[in-house]
Amino acid sequence: MMRMKNSSRVAGVAVIVSKTGLADNFSPHTTCPNQNTGVYSENYGPDLANCNVTVWNPFGNGLSYEDFAFPVFALKDENQTQVIRKCYEDHNQRVNGSAPKYPLCAMQLFSHMHAVTDTVTCMRRTDLQNRFSINPEVLCDPLSDFNVWTSTRPLNNSAKGHAADESVVIAATRLDGRSFFWEQAPAAEGTVSGIVTLLAAIQALYPVTQEAPPTRNIFFSFFQGEAFDYIGSSKMVYDMKRNDFVIDLDNVHSMLEIGQVGLHSGRSLWMHSDPISRQNKSVDTEVLEMMDRMRSAAAGLKLTVDHPSVSQPLPPSSFQRFLRERQIPGLVLTDHNTSFINRYYESMYDDAENLNVTYPPGLTPDEQLVYETDAAKSLAEVATLVARSLYVQAGGNESNLNNITADPKTVAQLLYGFVIQKNNSWFRSLLPPEVTKKGVNSILSSGPPQFYIGLGPRVHGPAHSVTRFVQYILANLTGSVTNLTESQCQNPSELSTENKDLFSYFWVSGPASVNSTSEPFCVRASVRLSKAVSPAFELLEYGSRNYSTWTESRWKSIRARIFLVASRELEMLTLGVGVAVLLLSLLVTYFISSKAELLFSSARETPTTTY
Amino acid sequence: MTVAVFFGCTFIAFGPAVALFVFTIARDPLRVIFLIAGAFFWLVSLLLSSLVWFITVQISNKNSATQQTGLLIFGVVLSVLLQETFRYGYYRLLKKANEGLLALSQEDTMPISIRQLAYVSGLGFGFMSGAFSVVNILSDSLGPGTVGIHGDSQHYFISSAFMTLAIILLHMFWGVVFFESCERQRWWALGAVVLSHLVVSCVTFVNPHYQGSLIPTYIILSVMAAWAYLCAGGSLRNLKLCLTCKDKDFLLANHRPR
Repeated sequence: MMRMKNSSRVAGVAVIVSKTGLADNFSPHTTCPNQNTGVYSENYGPDLANCNVTVWNPFGNGLSYEDFAFPVFALKDENQTQVIRKCYEDHNQRVNGSAPKYPLCAMQLFSHMHAVTDTVTCMRRTDLQNRFSINPEVLCDPLSDFNVWTSTRPLNNSAKGHAADESVVIAATRLDGRSFFWEQAPAAEGTVSGIVTLLAAIQALYPVTQEAPPTRNIFFSFFQGEAFDYIGSSKMVYDMKRNDFVIDLDNVHSMLEIGQVGLHSGRSLWMHSDPISRQNKSVDTEVLEMMDRMRSAAAGLKLTVDHPSVSQPLPPSSFQRFLRERQIPGLVLTDHNTSFINRYYESMYDDAENLNVTYPPGLTPDEQLVYETDAAKSLAEVATLVARSLYVQAGGNESNLNNITADPKTVAQLLYGFVIQKNNSWFRSLLPPEVTKKGVNSILSSGPPQFYIGLGPRVHGPAHSVTRFVQYILANLTGSVTNLTESQCQNPSELSTENKDLFSYFWVSGPASVNSTSEPFCVRASVRLSKAVSPAFELLEYGSRNYSTWTESRWKSIRARIFLVASRELEMLTLGVGVAVLLLSLLVTYFISSKAELLFSSARETPTTTY
Repeated sequence: MTVAVFFGCTFIAFGPAVALFVFTIARDPLRVIFLIAGAFFWLVSLLLSSLVWFITVQISNKNSATQQTGLLIFGVVLSVLLQETFRYGYYRLLKKANEGLLALSQEDTMPISIRQLAYVSGLGFGFMSGAFSVVNILSDSLGPGTVGIHGDSQHYFISSAFMTLAIILLHMFWGVVFFESCERQRWWALGAVVLSHLVVSCVTFVNPHYQGSLIPTYIILSVMAAWAYLCAGGSLRNLKLCLTCKDKDFLLANHRPR
């Protein structure tokens, strides 16, 4: 691709995506993801910045960050690829070493983009349009979506700022991924492993935290947009700083983040910590205690957790954004000691196969949904570890630990829904009835969900599918069923028994069986969405160095076509012949019409020759 | 194929017709009116034949290829017959109109002779027929590609343009011969015109062997040109005199003092 970028003879690239002949590793991301917006910089751990100590993504070739002046299309449909191959073989192949003759097969790729240069330029032009034009034309939109958060003790959503008497342990993971191509991001090992682990841990924790609540609240957060310079986490930290969120940084006791945990099978898990903040004695003590708690929680399971032997910085994680503001004790749990084990980080090949999620042949989709693969079992172990560590971290009683176990069946269902097929019976039962109806823009189309953040519901179709799935799954796992009607579910504030500040109310479809359709009902849960758009766009600092400034260009139609092209000589010949015919006919007609009296005179002779 | 081919084919198809219009018709408003009326008559004939075609296609078996080809041939023959019928109808109308025009006008000679009407109406038929033959093809030729990805010949555009050129000129010649034969009551000439029209239309069924359709068409074009020239009052002697530029003497010689 780099050779083609530098060549002046390439007008476009069409990539045939196939699984045969897959390279051993491919990561279009950079070798040091999010190196400019993490916590390590000249002011904070300068010798750890820019991956001086550990190169996190050694297979990264930075393709996603190159500026290509031509369109690059991905062709996934086998039939279309066959047509293109046939056209090439029929017309463009060399015959006996000589160049192919016209007409030649040509392909035209349409992908006109309205935005140019960079975010600063296109946002400036958009602002000009908005200010001065009657019909403003937006050129680009900032990447935005929603973070999903919930907590074991409900937090009052209308009370922003510091929450009195709340000490919170944050458990976080990321919700998104990316690849080289737009909206193609299966992100199995990179993202799904973390989501599934945290969801299963929440499900394991919930009954115990209701019966025997720990001293601290546990705040679970799924951050959207982390692939693009930590959009979601930077927004949440920004809101916390400005007292615009239900808690603030003083409430945060410690943090545990789940990184990539899918490929640990047989190996151990690793707890990463930040060496710079650990130079502070109190932080160091707390981090060591956290690690001890995790080790003891892992003792009863078939896992080992350990701290990396080398003093190295934190891997790219949302925790780094929290550290930028406050030195909070925290750990990042991953399956890699130094560099990523994931050989296809942030690429379209990071799919179910990469995560070793395979099913024996001959199973129906419903059977596959509940089949517990080895990957599901190992992720369930990790989820149990996380849940137990969080419980102890939040001050819970250690005697209750044996009751906290992640359910492998739930993990299997989550894995199936997030990496194989999102249109399955379990997901359909969790979502509202209007979503499960078949429509073109439905978020329940066939295939696995794509984890690219997108532009948010205002600009781009219905709500992002992954955010909605996580929200409704959390409502199902942690919520309670109420017997409100649909209108009551939409407006619960009218009822005195329901509290809209502490809970959200969801009208969901309910399980559908073969004989009957589903009966919808209302679920009450303390699951909320918080806006995930980079603070740079609120501050109007489009060239900000501190926050993410990613935008996506608007475009006209995106399509391609193939056809034959004739030689230039033939075209010019046709034009020449046409002009010649026109001139000749003009001359001849002028000649004939001026001599018309003579040429057609024999008809007039008879009546007029009278002498 | 591109703008070059678009203009090339437009000039080929409509070059002579436009030249004729500019030099012989544009100056006289009456001729323009009759030209447009002639075009309209051809359009009505096309409407009727397409109505019949549409109905027969709907009630036919869409999957049978032989039936569809047969229907196509039937459609072409019907269209040719309808066009000639409408040409005859236009002739009758013009005869009636001419008498009316004569009654209305101040002079005692007819403002436009039936020969000129024959030429103008034939050209009107030709314009409209050419437009419908080739405008679709011209608009497709504007794109960047050319015909051939499914194996068809890439000379499609230029052959269609030459065919249209021939058809426009042929309509003009047929008009002249037709009106002349109606005036002189020579019904065999009428039949010959209809027959040659049928031959030209049916010979296009050998496409994409463009030589097979273009060569017979141009042969018929030259034959009809000669015939129309003779009907319009020309003769070989006039032609020779014209070409050898002895015309001045001839005209002078003709204007004898009375």
